[in-house]
Amino acid sequence: MTDPRIAGAGVTQFGKHPERTGRDLFADAGLEALDQSGVDPDDVDALYYGNFMGELAEHQGHQGPLMAEAIGVDAPATRLEAACASAGAAVREAVKTLRNGEADVVVVGGAERMTNIGTAAATDALAIAADDLFEVRAGMTFPGAYALMARAYFEAYGGSHEDLAHVAVKNHEHALVNEHAQIQKEITVEDAMEAPTIAAPLGLYDSCPITDGAAAAVLTTDEYAEEHGLDAPVAISGTGQGGDNLALQDRPHLARTPAADKAAEEAYADAGIDADDVDVAEVHDCFTIAEVLAIESLGLFEPGEGIHAATEGTTSRHGEMPVNLSGGLKAKGHPVGATGVAQLATIAWVLDGTHPRADAVPDGTVGVAHNAGGTVASTTVHVLEVQE
Amino acid sequence: MTETPLNGEFDEWLDSIEDGEGYYVECDEGHGWLPPRRVCPDCGSRELHDEPLPDSGEIVTHTTITVATPQFEDDAPYVTAIADFGPVSITGLVRGVDPEDVSMEDVVGIEVGERETTGERAVVFRPR
Repeated sequence: MTDPRIAGAGVTQFGKHPERTGRDLFADAGLEALDQSGVDPDDVDALYYGNFMGELAEHQGHQGPLMAEAIGVDAPATRLEAACASAGAAVREAVKTLRNGEADVVVVGGAERMTNIGTAAATDALAIAADDLFEVRAGMTFPGAYALMARAYFEAYGGSHEDLAHVAVKNHEHALVNEHAQIQKEITVEDAMEAPTIAAPLGLYDSCPITDGAAAAVLTTDEYAEEHGLDAPVAISGTGQGGDNLALQDRPHLARTPAADKAAEEAYADAGIDADDVDVAEVHDCFTIAEVLAIESLGLFEPGEGIHAATEGTTSRHGEMPVNLSGGLKAKGHPVGATGVAQLATIAWVLDGTHPRADAVPDGTVGVAHNAGGTVASTTVHVLEVQE
Repeated sequence: MTETPLNGEFDEWLDSIEDGEGYYVECDEGHGWLPPRRVCPDCGSRELHDEPLPDSGEIVTHTTITVATPQFEDDAPYVTAIADFGPVSITGLVRGVDPEDVSMEDVVGIEVGERETTGERAVVFRPR
């Protein structure tokens, strides 16, 4: 068994494109990925595609075949839905399919159209990733759910809203050179602290924006890449996925994300690495507290230590463990169904030296992508490595 | 006019709270859950029995939500909290107290109220 290669990737500009259809967004990313890869579209054996709220935002289900058509691919196409981890789940399926010999080339991607329905309807749509009976009917929104986790975290380990503000400031600064990013604006800790509250203790700058966008990548077997002379130095060497109770109320600990612990353990074991080997990480910071929980679950920081990482500069591009060099969901944006593949693309570009923030880890060879759904009831972790 | 179908045991559970006879379901290992459940997700036991819900719970986390979904537009700002009732924890709206005065470890009772926006039933906690 050899590790699947990332032959090419494409990401749209993330932002407000209310007039652009999902199929148009995905075509943009998918065609860029195919062009960059040098792979003949006729060689594509399957498409795995992530999307969360297509029925609500576009009145469009059954998006797999639609998206294959949009990128000129005649192959079986399946949509995966795992809330905000939909694209991560798609990557995992692609990796398994390539590893078990059922395909030589797979396109993996995702898209989400969100801003066309407005903030209130998008907030409502996102909330359906929570437990409808026990959470949504008690007023829980997504910012609200992460606010509950943030307060539980502060209670268990300490830390403050100001520490979370440092996560936002860092990720905004990272995004300044990312042409795909929705928000390219430097902010200060004071800006973040003084921003309007959405769900106390979280404010506007603790929250990722609502985003339209798409991402895609072409994955091939090692053998296919070699036979076709592809320039594909980065491989996916580990995949992991974990689950948890859907509703926060049913979990024993609100300040930990065990689904991500499990996904990381599995992915690291699969790749034959441990947390100390990781040079760079893209994590699912839909809210600032989510980055803290993610870096702890990935084993990059001990439980209770992650809250200080941004404040101390450890996770900045100048720090020892750069996290979210893309700007993260916070500044890059979060077109839900595309995020997992956008993270994959970022890590691939950082490791092959083509990302504008690649200079943060000039000798980096190992990166991880952490993609979480809901309040981390679904998580995928993928390990990417340079394998010349 | 067509009536909106009820959500089976969930609505029966709300009825039980309204009647002052709230319950939860428990397996023989003592893992507690809210209905409907056919199996204990922790131990896999399918032998679940009803147990009376303790009279009060303790808030383990809370948030004051100012940006609400359309279904809670007129309710905002409102407090959503998770309260620990011992064998089970429950999510509900905290009422009868100023949002700024809600604290961790506050002891609350449980009842059924209405959403201000839609009039639909909702789990409500009130300070004890």
